[in-house]
Amino acid sequence: MLKDITIGQYVPGDSIIHRLDPRTKILAAIIFIFALFIVTDLAGYIVMTLFSVVIILLSQIPARFVLRGLKPLYYILAFTILLNFFLTPGRVIWSWWFLRLTQEGIRQGLFMGWRLLLLVLTTSLLTLTSSPIALTDGIERLLNPFRRIGVPAHELAMMMTIALRFIPTLLEETDKIMKAQMARGADFDTGNIIQRARGMVPLLVPLFISAFRRADELAMAMEARCYRGGEGRTRLKQLEMARRDYLALALMAAILAFAVGERLWL
Amino acid sequence: MSIRIEKLTHIYMPNTPMEALALEDVSLEIEDGEFVGLIGQTGSGKSTLIQHFNGLLKPTSGKVIVDGLDLADKDTSLKEVRRRVGLVFQYPEHQLFEETVFADIAFGPRNMGLGGEELEERVREAMEMVGLDYATLKDRSPFELSGGQMRRVAMAGVLAMKPKTLVLDEPTAGLDPRGRDDILQQIKELHQRFGMTVVLVSHSMEDVARLVDRLLVMHRGKLVLAGTTREVFAQADYLRQLGLGIPQVTELARRLREHYDSMRVDILTIEEAHQAISAFLGQKRGKVHA
Repeated sequence: MLKDITIGQYVPGDSIIHRLDPRTKILAAIIFIFALFIVTDLAGYIVMTLFSVVIILLSQIPARFVLRGLKPLYYILAFTILLNFFLTPGRVIWSWWFLRLTQEGIRQGLFMGWRLLLLVLTTSLLTLTSSPIALTDGIERLLNPFRRIGVPAHELAMMMTIALRFIPTLLEETDKIMKAQMARGADFDTGNIIQRARGMVPLLVPLFISAFRRADELAMAMEARCYRGGEGRTRLKQLEMARRDYLALALMAAILAFAVGERLWL
Repeated sequence: MSIRIEKLTHIYMPNTPMEALALEDVSLEIEDGEFVGLIGQTGSGKSTLIQHFNGLLKPTSGKVIVDGLDLADKDTSLKEVRRRVGLVFQYPEHQLFEETVFADIAFGPRNMGLGGEELEERVREAMEMVGLDYATLKDRSPFELSGGQMRRVAMAGVLAMKPKTLVLDEPTAGLDPRGRDDILQQIKELHQRFGMTVVLVSHSMEDVARLVDRLLVMHRGKLVLAGTTREVFAQADYLRQLGLGIPQVTELARRLREHYDSMRVDILTIEEAHQAISAFLGQKRGKVHA
Protein backbone atom coordinates (compact mmCIF):
# COMPACT_ATOMS: atom_id res chain seq x y z
CA MET A 1 0.00 0.00 0.00
CA LEU A 2 1.38 3.41 0.89
CA LYS A 3 4.55 1.83 2.14
CA ASP A 4 5.40 0.95 -1.43
CA ILE A 5 5.85 4.57 -2.43
CA THR A 6 9.51 5.51 -2.43
CA ILE A 7 10.18 9.11 -1.60
CA GLY A 8 12.85 11.08 -3.31
CA GLN A 9 13.64 7.82 -5.10
CA TYR A 10 17.13 7.69 -3.54
CA VAL A 11 18.76 4.31 -4.15
CA PRO A 12 21.56 3.79 -1.65
CA GLY A 13 24.86 2.67 -3.13
CA ASP A 14 28.57 3.22 -3.14
CA SER A 15 29.36 3.97 -6.76
CA ILE A 16 31.64 6.78 -7.87
CA ILE A 17 28.55 8.83 -8.70
CA HIS A 18 27.13 8.25 -5.22
CA ARG A 19 30.35 9.42 -3.66
CA LEU A 20 30.52 12.69 -5.57
CA ASP A 21 29.84 15.79 -3.53
CA PRO A 22 26.19 16.82 -3.89
CA ARG A 23 27.34 20.28 -5.00
CA THR A 24 29.27 18.70 -7.83
CA LYS A 25 26.25 16.71 -8.86
CA ILE A 26 23.91 19.68 -8.78
CA LEU A 27 26.30 21.83 -10.82
CA ALA A 28 26.97 18.97 -13.20
CA ALA A 29 23.24 18.50 -13.76
CA ILE A 30 22.83 22.21 -14.52
CA ILE A 31 25.77 22.22 -16.91
CA PHE A 32 24.45 19.10 -18.60
CA ILE A 33 21.07 20.75 -19.15
CA PHE A 34 22.76 23.76 -20.75
CA ALA A 35 24.92 21.61 -22.97
CA LEU A 36 21.95 19.52 -23.98
CA PHE A 37 20.07 22.57 -25.18
CA ILE A 38 23.03 23.96 -27.04
CA VAL A 39 23.79 20.95 -29.25
CA THR A 40 21.72 20.75 -32.40
CA ASP A 41 23.03 18.06 -34.69
CA LEU A 42 23.34 14.32 -34.71
CA ALA A 43 27.00 14.21 -33.65
CA GLY A 44 26.21 16.39 -30.64
CA TYR A 45 23.31 14.17 -29.63
CA ILE A 46 25.44 11.07 -29.92
CA VAL A 47 28.08 12.52 -27.62
CA MET A 48 25.45 13.55 -25.08
CA THR A 49 23.84 10.11 -25.26
CA LEU A 50 27.17 8.36 -24.76
CA PHE A 51 27.86 10.59 -21.78
CA SER A 52 24.45 9.76 -20.26
CA VAL A 53 24.87 6.05 -20.80
CA VAL A 54 28.34 6.06 -19.26
CA ILE A 55 27.32 7.87 -16.09
CA ILE A 56 24.18 5.77 -15.72
CA LEU A 57 26.36 2.67 -15.93
CA LEU A 58 28.86 4.17 -13.50
CA SER A 59 26.11 4.85 -10.99
CA GLN A 60 25.32 1.11 -10.84
CA ILE A 61 21.64 1.89 -10.44
CA PRO A 62 19.42 -0.89 -11.83
CA ALA A 63 18.00 0.16 -15.18
CA ARG A 64 14.38 -0.25 -14.06
CA PHE A 65 14.86 2.44 -11.40
CA VAL A 66 16.30 4.85 -13.91
CA LEU A 67 13.53 4.09 -16.38
CA ARG A 68 10.84 4.41 -13.72
CA GLY A 69 11.55 8.14 -13.68
CA LEU A 70 10.23 8.31 -17.24
CA LYS A 71 6.79 7.00 -16.40
CA PRO A 72 5.09 10.33 -15.69
CA LEU A 73 6.75 11.68 -18.81
CA TYR A 74 5.26 9.42 -21.44
CA TYR A 75 2.43 11.82 -22.26
CA ILE A 76 4.58 14.92 -22.35
CA LEU A 77 7.05 13.07 -24.55
CA ALA A 78 4.38 11.90 -26.97
CA PHE A 79 2.78 15.35 -26.99
CA THR A 80 6.05 17.14 -27.69
CA ILE A 81 6.99 14.80 -30.47
CA LEU A 82 3.59 14.97 -32.17
CA LEU A 83 3.32 18.76 -31.85
CA ASN A 84 6.70 19.15 -33.48
CA PHE A 85 5.84 16.63 -36.17
CA PHE A 86 2.80 18.50 -37.32
CA LEU A 87 3.37 22.13 -36.46
CA THR A 88 6.86 22.75 -37.81
CA PRO A 89 6.72 24.58 -41.13
CA GLY A 90 8.69 23.04 -43.98
CA ARG A 91 8.42 20.50 -46.76
CA VAL A 92 5.17 18.62 -46.47
CA ILE A 93 5.41 14.85 -46.85
CA TRP A 94 1.95 13.79 -45.84
CA SER A 95 -1.21 15.70 -45.05
CA TRP A 96 -4.71 14.92 -43.95
CA TRP A 97 -7.40 17.50 -43.19
CA PHE A 98 -5.56 20.19 -41.22
CA LEU A 99 -2.58 18.02 -40.27
CA ARG A 100 0.63 18.53 -42.20
CA LEU A 101 3.57 16.30 -41.52
CA THR A 102 6.80 17.97 -42.57
CA GLN A 103 10.31 16.67 -42.97
CA GLU A 104 11.68 19.38 -40.70
CA GLY A 105 8.94 18.49 -38.22
CA ILE A 106 10.06 14.88 -38.00
CA ARG A 107 13.63 15.92 -37.45
CA GLN A 108 12.68 18.52 -34.88
CA GLY A 109 10.25 16.20 -33.11
CA LEU A 110 12.68 13.31 -32.81
CA PHE A 111 15.47 15.54 -31.58
CA MET A 112 13.16 17.19 -29.06
CA GLY A 113 11.98 13.84 -27.77
CA TRP A 114 15.53 12.57 -27.57
CA ARG A 115 16.57 15.71 -25.72
CA LEU A 116 13.77 15.37 -23.17
CA LEU A 117 14.59 11.72 -22.68
CA LEU A 118 18.25 12.42 -21.97
CA LEU A 119 17.34 15.37 -19.78
CA VAL A 120 15.11 13.34 -17.49
CA LEU A 121 17.26 10.21 -17.43
CA THR A 122 20.42 12.05 -16.53
CA THR A 123 19.03 14.58 -14.09
CA SER A 124 17.01 11.90 -12.30
CA LEU A 125 20.39 10.35 -11.55
CA LEU A 126 20.97 13.32 -9.26
CA THR A 127 18.11 12.32 -6.97
CA LEU A 128 18.75 8.62 -7.46
CA THR A 129 22.30 8.83 -6.17
CA SER A 130 22.08 11.56 -3.51
CA SER A 131 20.12 11.29 -0.31
CA PRO A 132 17.60 14.13 0.13
CA ILE A 133 19.59 15.43 3.08
CA ALA A 134 22.82 15.56 1.07
CA LEU A 135 20.95 17.42 -1.65
CA THR A 136 19.60 20.09 0.67
CA ASP A 137 23.05 20.47 2.18
CA GLY A 138 24.45 20.95 -1.29
CA ILE A 139 21.78 23.49 -2.18
CA GLU A 140 22.41 25.43 1.01
CA ARG A 141 26.10 25.64 0.32
CA LEU A 142 25.58 26.60 -3.29
CA LEU A 143 23.12 29.33 -2.32
CA ASN A 144 25.33 30.67 0.44
CA PRO A 145 27.11 33.26 -1.73
CA PHE A 146 23.72 34.75 -2.58
CA ARG A 147 22.88 35.42 1.04
CA ARG A 148 24.25 38.91 0.66
CA ILE A 149 21.53 39.75 -1.82
CA GLY A 150 18.85 38.47 0.53
CA VAL A 151 18.50 34.79 -0.37
CA PRO A 152 17.67 33.00 2.91
CA ALA A 153 19.87 30.03 2.06
CA HIS A 154 19.91 28.39 5.46
CA GLU A 155 16.22 28.88 6.11
CA LEU A 156 15.31 27.45 2.71
CA ALA A 157 17.50 24.44 3.27
CA MET A 158 16.16 23.90 6.78
CA MET A 159 12.60 24.04 5.49
CA MET A 160 13.41 21.54 2.78
CA THR A 161 15.17 19.25 5.21
CA ILE A 162 12.25 19.30 7.62
CA ALA A 163 9.72 18.80 4.84
CA LEU A 164 11.69 15.86 3.46
CA ARG A 165 12.21 14.44 6.91
CA PHE A 166 8.48 14.41 7.53
CA ILE A 167 7.34 12.88 4.27
CA PRO A 168 7.95 9.30 5.40
CA THR A 169 6.56 10.07 8.85
CA LEU A 170 3.37 11.52 7.45
CA LEU A 171 3.05 8.70 4.95
CA GLU A 172 3.36 6.20 7.74
CA GLU A 173 0.80 8.13 9.75
CA THR A 174 -1.53 8.21 6.74
CA ASP A 175 -1.11 4.50 6.30
CA LYS A 176 -1.89 3.89 9.96
CA ILE A 177 -4.96 6.12 10.04
CA MET A 178 -6.25 4.64 6.79
CA LYS A 179 -5.92 1.17 8.21
CA ALA A 180 -7.54 2.16 11.48
CA GLN A 181 -10.53 3.61 9.63
CA MET A 182 -10.65 0.64 7.27
CA ALA A 183 -10.80 -1.58 10.35
CA ARG A 184 -13.99 0.36 11.11
CA GLY A 185 -15.39 -0.35 7.67
CA ALA A 186 -14.26 2.82 5.90
CA ASP A 187 -13.90 2.49 2.17
CA PHE A 188 -11.40 4.69 0.36
CA ASP A 189 -11.45 3.04 -3.04
CA THR A 190 -15.00 2.89 -4.31
CA GLY A 191 -17.82 5.32 -5.02
CA ASN A 192 -18.08 8.45 -7.14
CA ILE A 193 -15.90 11.52 -6.71
CA ILE A 194 -18.12 13.17 -4.13
CA GLN A 195 -18.41 10.01 -2.06
CA ARG A 196 -14.68 9.54 -2.21
CA ALA A 197 -13.98 13.13 -1.24
CA ARG A 198 -16.30 12.76 1.72
CA GLY A 199 -14.61 9.48 2.52
CA MET A 200 -11.34 11.37 2.95
CA VAL A 201 -12.58 13.32 5.97
CA PRO A 202 -11.91 10.50 8.45
CA LEU A 203 -8.38 10.40 7.06
CA LEU A 204 -7.59 14.10 6.69
CA VAL A 205 -8.86 15.37 10.03
CA PRO A 206 -6.66 13.06 12.13
CA LEU A 207 -3.77 13.60 9.72
CA PHE A 208 -3.90 17.39 10.08
CA ILE A 209 -4.22 17.17 13.82
CA SER A 210 -1.19 14.94 14.01
CA ALA A 211 0.81 17.12 11.60
CA PHE A 212 0.18 20.17 13.77
CA ARG A 213 1.02 18.26 16.90
CA ARG A 214 4.28 17.09 15.35
CA ALA A 215 5.15 20.58 14.14
CA ASP A 216 4.58 21.88 17.64
CA GLU A 217 6.72 19.20 19.19
CA LEU A 218 9.49 19.75 16.66
CA ALA A 219 9.52 23.50 17.25
CA MET A 220 9.73 22.88 20.97
CA ALA A 221 12.55 20.37 20.56
CA MET A 222 14.48 22.73 18.30
CA GLU A 223 14.12 25.60 20.74
CA ALA A 224 15.12 23.37 23.62
CA ARG A 225 18.35 22.79 21.72
CA CYS A 226 18.84 26.53 21.21
CA TYR A 227 18.16 26.63 17.51
CA ARG A 228 18.30 30.23 16.36
CA GLY A 229 18.79 30.11 12.63
CA GLY A 230 21.84 29.65 10.48
CA GLU A 231 24.25 32.09 12.07
CA GLY A 232 27.29 30.38 13.54
CA ARG A 233 25.93 26.87 13.02
CA THR A 234 28.44 24.12 12.47
CA ARG A 235 27.67 20.75 10.98
CA LEU A 236 28.42 17.17 11.74
CA LYS A 237 29.11 16.25 8.16
CA GLN A 238 31.21 18.85 6.39
CA LEU A 239 30.89 18.74 2.66
CA GLU A 240 34.30 18.47 1.13
CA MET A 241 35.28 18.59 -2.51
CA ALA A 242 37.63 15.75 -3.36
CA ARG A 243 39.77 15.23 -6.42
CA ARG A 244 37.05 13.25 -8.12
CA ASP A 245 34.76 16.27 -7.79
CA TYR A 246 37.20 18.56 -9.58
CA LEU A 247 37.69 15.90 -12.22
CA ALA A 248 33.96 15.57 -12.69
CA LEU A 249 33.53 19.33 -12.99
CA ALA A 250 36.39 19.51 -15.47
CA LEU A 251 34.68 16.83 -17.52
CA MET A 252 31.45 18.82 -17.43
CA ALA A 253 33.30 21.94 -18.52
CA ALA A 254 34.72 19.97 -21.43
CA ILE A 255 31.25 18.79 -22.41
CA LEU A 256 29.91 22.32 -22.28
CA ALA A 257 32.85 23.57 -24.32
CA PHE A 258 32.24 20.82 -26.86
CA ALA A 259 28.58 21.80 -27.15
CA VAL A 260 29.32 25.49 -27.54
CA GLY A 261 32.15 24.84 -29.95
CA GLU A 262 30.03 22.55 -32.05
CA ARG A 263 27.24 25.10 -32.23
CA LEU A 264 29.57 27.94 -33.20
CA TRP A 265 31.91 26.31 -35.64
CA LEU A 266 30.23 23.35 -37.16
CA MET B 1 -11.94 -22.07 15.46
CA SER B 2 -11.75 -18.34 15.10
CA ILE B 3 -8.48 -17.32 13.51
CA ARG B 4 -6.12 -19.74 11.84
CA ILE B 5 -2.84 -18.75 10.28
CA GLU B 6 -0.81 -21.13 8.18
CA LYS B 7 2.79 -20.61 7.15
CA LEU B 8 2.36 -16.86 6.92
CA THR B 9 5.25 -14.89 5.47
CA HIS B 10 5.12 -11.16 4.90
CA ILE B 11 7.72 -9.11 3.07
CA TYR B 12 7.48 -5.33 2.99
CA MET B 13 8.34 -3.69 -0.33
CA PRO B 14 9.43 -6.86 -2.09
CA ASN B 15 11.87 -6.55 -5.00
CA THR B 16 13.22 -3.16 -3.95
CA PRO B 17 16.42 -2.29 -2.10
CA MET B 18 14.22 -1.53 0.92
CA GLU B 19 12.82 -5.07 1.02
CA ALA B 20 12.24 -6.26 4.57
CA LEU B 21 11.16 -9.63 5.87
CA ALA B 22 8.60 -8.88 8.58
CA LEU B 23 7.07 -12.30 9.17
CA GLU B 24 8.51 -15.69 8.39
CA ASP B 25 6.58 -18.92 8.34
CA VAL B 26 4.20 -18.12 11.18
CA SER B 27 1.49 -20.65 11.96
CA LEU B 28 -0.95 -20.30 14.81
CA GLU B 29 -4.53 -20.73 15.83
CA ILE B 30 -6.71 -18.67 18.09
CA GLU B 31 -9.84 -20.41 19.35
CA ASP B 32 -13.15 -18.79 20.09
CA GLY B 33 -13.35 -17.34 23.57
CA GLU B 34 -9.62 -17.39 24.21
CA PHE B 35 -7.66 -14.59 25.82
CA VAL B 36 -4.31 -14.59 24.08
CA GLY B 37 -1.30 -12.38 24.69
CA LEU B 38 1.20 -11.50 22.00
CA ILE B 39 4.60 -10.35 23.16
CA GLY B 40 7.88 -9.56 21.49
CA GLN B 41 10.39 -6.79 21.13
CA THR B 42 9.73 -3.72 19.02
CA GLY B 43 10.09 -4.74 15.39
CA SER B 44 9.49 -8.41 16.06
CA GLY B 45 6.49 -8.44 13.73
CA LYS B 46 3.61 -8.24 16.22
CA SER B 47 1.86 -5.35 14.53
CA THR B 48 2.39 -6.84 11.08
CA LEU B 49 0.93 -10.10 12.31
CA ILE B 50 -2.24 -8.64 13.79
CA GLN B 51 -2.90 -6.62 10.64
CA HIS B 52 -3.29 -9.91 8.85
CA PHE B 53 -6.06 -10.95 11.23
CA ASN B 54 -8.58 -8.69 9.48
CA GLY B 55 -7.08 -8.46 6.03
CA LEU B 56 -5.46 -5.03 6.30
CA LEU B 57 -2.27 -6.64 5.06
CA LYS B 58 -2.11 -9.41 2.52
CA PRO B 59 0.26 -12.31 3.08
CA THR B 60 3.23 -12.56 0.76
CA SER B 61 2.70 -16.28 1.15
CA GLY B 62 0.63 -18.41 3.47
CA LYS B 63 -2.97 -18.41 4.53
CA VAL B 64 -5.20 -16.51 6.91
CA ILE B 65 -8.53 -18.10 7.72
CA VAL B 66 -11.08 -16.32 9.89
CA ASP B 67 -14.16 -18.32 10.90
CA GLY B 68 -13.55 -20.64 8.00
CA LEU B 69 -13.28 -17.75 5.52
CA ASP B 70 -10.05 -17.70 3.59
CA LEU B 71 -9.04 -14.03 3.35
CA ALA B 72 -7.31 -14.61 0.02
CA ASP B 73 -10.56 -15.88 -1.45
CA LYS B 74 -12.18 -13.38 -3.81
CA ASP B 75 -15.65 -14.16 -2.44
CA THR B 76 -14.64 -13.28 1.10
CA SER B 77 -15.97 -9.88 2.07
CA LEU B 78 -13.18 -8.07 3.85
CA LYS B 79 -15.76 -5.72 5.36
CA GLU B 80 -17.43 -8.69 6.98
CA VAL B 81 -14.10 -9.98 8.28
CA ARG B 82 -13.30 -6.55 9.69
CA ARG B 83 -16.64 -6.47 11.44
CA ARG B 84 -15.90 -9.83 13.04
CA VAL B 85 -12.33 -9.05 13.99
CA GLY B 86 -12.17 -5.63 15.64
CA LEU B 87 -8.71 -4.12 15.61
CA VAL B 88 -7.73 -1.37 18.03
CA PHE B 89 -4.46 0.19 16.95
CA GLN B 90 -1.80 1.70 19.13
CA TYR B 91 -2.77 5.21 20.27
CA PRO B 92 -6.25 4.75 18.79
CA GLU B 93 -7.25 8.23 19.96
CA HIS B 94 -5.16 9.59 17.07
CA GLN B 95 -7.79 8.39 14.65
CA LEU B 96 -10.72 10.33 16.13
CA PHE B 97 -12.16 12.79 13.65
CA GLU B 98 -15.81 13.51 14.26
CA GLU B 99 -17.37 16.51 15.95
CA THR B 100 -19.07 14.53 18.65
CA VAL B 101 -18.27 11.40 20.58
CA PHE B 102 -21.50 9.87 19.32
CA ALA B 103 -20.70 10.48 15.66
CA ASP B 104 -17.21 9.08 16.01
CA ILE B 105 -18.34 5.87 17.66
CA ALA B 106 -21.17 5.58 15.12
CA PHE B 107 -18.71 5.68 12.22
CA GLY B 108 -18.13 1.92 12.18
CA PRO B 109 -21.75 0.78 12.51
CA ARG B 110 -22.79 3.43 9.96
CA ASN B 111 -20.33 1.97 7.48
CA MET B 112 -22.09 -1.33 8.08
CA GLY B 113 -25.31 0.31 7.01
CA LEU B 114 -26.92 0.75 10.41
CA GLY B 115 -29.00 3.77 11.33
CA GLY B 116 -31.74 5.06 13.54
CA GLU B 117 -32.48 3.45 16.87
CA GLU B 118 -30.28 0.45 16.28
CA LEU B 119 -27.31 2.74 15.73
CA GLU B 120 -28.07 4.65 18.90
CA GLU B 121 -28.35 1.40 20.79
CA ARG B 122 -25.00 0.21 19.47
CA VAL B 123 -23.25 3.41 20.47
CA ARG B 124 -24.83 3.37 23.93
CA GLU B 125 -23.79 -0.23 24.48
CA ALA B 126 -20.27 0.35 23.26
CA MET B 127 -19.84 3.35 25.54
CA GLU B 128 -21.11 1.37 28.49
CA MET B 129 -18.69 -1.45 27.67
CA VAL B 130 -15.75 0.89 28.10
CA GLY B 131 -17.22 2.73 31.07
CA LEU B 132 -18.18 6.02 29.44
CA ASP B 133 -21.41 7.75 30.42
CA TYR B 134 -23.63 7.96 27.35
CA ALA B 135 -25.83 10.86 28.43
CA THR B 136 -23.10 13.27 29.50
CA LEU B 137 -20.49 12.49 26.88
CA LYS B 138 -22.30 11.69 23.64
CA ASP B 139 -22.55 15.29 22.46
CA ARG B 140 -19.13 16.43 23.60
CA SER B 141 -16.27 16.89 21.15
CA PRO B 142 -13.88 13.96 21.45
CA PHE B 143 -10.98 16.41 21.34
CA GLU B 144 -11.83 18.07 24.63
CA LEU B 145 -11.73 14.81 26.58
CA SER B 146 -8.81 13.53 28.64
CA GLY B 147 -6.30 11.15 27.08
CA GLY B 148 -7.77 8.10 28.81
CA GLN B 149 -11.31 9.06 27.82
CA MET B 150 -10.26 9.64 24.22
CA ARG B 151 -8.79 6.19 24.11
CA ARG B 152 -12.03 4.70 25.43
CA VAL B 153 -14.00 6.55 22.78
CA ALA B 154 -11.71 5.08 20.13
CA MET B 155 -12.10 1.61 21.61
CA ALA B 156 -15.86 2.06 21.72
CA GLY B 157 -15.70 2.94 18.03
CA VAL B 158 -14.45 -0.57 17.35
CA LEU B 159 -16.71 -2.29 19.89
CA ALA B 160 -19.77 -0.65 18.34
CA MET B 161 -19.33 -2.98 15.38
CA LYS B 162 -19.88 -5.90 17.79
CA PRO B 163 -16.78 -7.85 16.84
CA LYS B 164 -16.47 -11.45 17.97
CA THR B 165 -12.74 -11.06 18.30
CA LEU B 166 -11.02 -7.98 19.63
CA VAL B 167 -7.37 -7.38 18.86
CA LEU B 168 -5.66 -4.63 20.84
CA ASP B 169 -2.20 -3.28 20.03
CA GLU B 170 -0.65 -1.92 23.22
CA PRO B 171 -3.90 -0.51 24.55
CA THR B 172 -2.21 0.97 27.62
CA ALA B 173 0.74 2.74 25.95
CA GLY B 174 1.20 6.25 27.24
CA LEU B 175 -1.46 6.06 29.95
CA ASP B 176 -0.90 6.80 33.62
CA PRO B 177 -1.04 3.80 36.00
CA ARG B 178 -4.63 4.51 36.94
CA GLY B 179 -5.78 4.78 33.33
CA ARG B 180 -3.84 1.64 32.52
CA ASP B 181 -5.49 -0.40 35.26
CA ASP B 182 -8.94 0.85 34.24
CA ILE B 183 -8.47 -0.06 30.59
CA LEU B 184 -7.09 -3.49 31.44
CA GLN B 185 -9.97 -4.13 33.81
CA GLN B 186 -12.40 -3.24 31.05
CA ILE B 187 -10.68 -5.54 28.59
CA LYS B 188 -10.89 -8.34 31.12
CA GLU B 189 -14.60 -7.70 31.47
CA LEU B 190 -15.10 -7.74 27.71
CA HIS B 191 -13.61 -11.20 27.76
CA GLN B 192 -15.44 -12.50 30.80
CA ARG B 193 -18.84 -10.82 30.53
CA PHE B 194 -19.27 -10.65 26.79
CA GLY B 195 -17.33 -13.75 25.89
CA MET B 196 -15.16 -11.96 23.38
CA THR B 197 -12.05 -13.56 21.99
CA VAL B 198 -9.27 -11.13 22.89
CA VAL B 199 -5.77 -10.82 21.50
CA LEU B 200 -3.65 -8.45 23.55
CA VAL B 201 -0.36 -7.14 22.19
CA SER B 202 1.72 -5.86 25.04
CA HIS B 203 5.17 -4.94 26.23
CA SER B 204 4.24 -5.40 29.84
CA MET B 205 4.90 -8.87 31.18
CA GLU B 206 2.94 -7.95 34.31
CA ASP B 207 -0.16 -7.13 32.29
CA VAL B 208 -0.15 -10.29 30.22
CA ALA B 209 0.67 -12.44 33.26
CA ARG B 210 -2.35 -11.06 35.06
CA LEU B 211 -4.79 -11.28 32.19
CA VAL B 212 -4.21 -13.80 29.46
CA ASP B 213 -4.55 -17.58 29.30
CA ARG B 214 -2.13 -18.23 26.51
CA LEU B 215 0.94 -16.44 25.23
CA LEU B 216 2.52 -16.13 21.80
CA VAL B 217 6.09 -14.90 21.66
CA MET B 218 7.48 -13.29 18.51
CA HIS B 219 11.12 -12.76 17.72
CA ARG B 220 12.51 -11.34 14.48
CA GLY B 221 9.40 -12.19 12.49
CA LYS B 222 9.07 -15.70 13.82
CA LEU B 223 6.76 -17.25 16.33
CA VAL B 224 9.29 -18.70 18.76
CA LEU B 225 7.19 -19.71 21.74
CA ALA B 226 3.56 -20.50 22.34
CA GLY B 227 1.86 -21.97 25.36
CA THR B 228 0.00 -21.18 28.52
CA THR B 229 1.25 -18.15 30.37
CA ARG B 230 2.81 -20.36 33.03
CA GLU B 231 4.59 -22.51 30.46
CA VAL B 232 6.02 -19.52 28.67
CA PHE B 233 7.19 -17.67 31.74
CA ALA B 234 8.82 -20.86 33.00
CA GLN B 235 11.37 -20.31 30.22
CA ALA B 236 12.82 -17.21 31.82
CA ASP B 237 16.32 -17.69 30.45
CA TYR B 238 15.14 -18.04 26.89
CA LEU B 239 12.88 -15.01 27.20
CA ARG B 240 15.77 -12.98 28.55
CA GLN B 241 17.85 -14.09 25.58
CA LEU B 242 15.16 -12.66 23.32
CA GLY B 243 15.41 -9.34 25.10
CA LEU B 244 12.17 -9.92 26.93
CA GLY B 245 11.68 -10.45 30.62
CA ILE B 246 9.37 -12.17 33.01
CA PRO B 247 6.97 -10.54 35.47
CA GLN B 248 8.68 -9.09 38.52
CA VAL B 249 6.88 -11.41 40.92
CA THR B 250 7.96 -14.42 38.89
CA GLU B 251 11.50 -13.10 39.05
CA LEU B 252 11.16 -12.66 42.81
CA ALA B 253 9.96 -16.23 43.20
CA ARG B 254 12.88 -17.49 41.13
CA ARG B 255 15.36 -15.57 43.27
CA LEU B 256 13.80 -16.95 46.44
CA ARG B 257 14.06 -20.41 44.97
CA GLU B 258 17.81 -20.00 44.66
CA HIS B 259 17.95 -19.91 48.46
CA TYR B 260 14.99 -22.04 49.43
CA ASP B 261 14.34 -25.25 47.55
CA SER B 262 10.70 -25.54 48.52
CA MET B 263 9.67 -22.16 47.07
CA ARG B 264 7.25 -22.33 44.11
CA VAL B 265 8.45 -20.59 40.95
CA ASP B 266 5.42 -20.75 38.67
CA ILE B 267 4.02 -17.54 40.07
CA LEU B 268 2.37 -14.95 37.88
CA THR B 269 0.53 -12.47 40.05
CA ILE B 270 1.04 -10.68 43.32
CA GLU B 271 -1.85 -12.63 44.85
CA GLU B 272 -0.20 -15.93 43.95
CA ALA B 273 3.10 -14.70 45.30
CA HIS B 274 1.41 -13.72 48.52
CA GLN B 275 -0.12 -17.17 48.92
CA ALA B 276 3.04 -18.99 48.00
CA ILE B 277 5.24 -16.98 50.32
CA SER B 278 2.82 -17.27 53.24
CA ALA B 279 2.54 -21.00 52.65
CA PHE B 280 6.29 -21.24 52.50
CA LEU B 281 6.75 -19.19 55.68
CA GLY B 282 4.08 -21.29 57.39
CA GLN B 283 5.99 -24.43 56.46
CA LYS B 284 9.22 -23.08 57.84
CA ARG B 285 7.61 -21.91 61.05
CA GLY B 286 6.08 -25.37 61.38
CA LYS B 287 9.50 -26.91 61.04
CA VAL B 288 11.03 -24.59 63.62
CA HIS B 289 8.33 -25.44 66.14
CA ALA B 290 8.66 -29.12 65.43
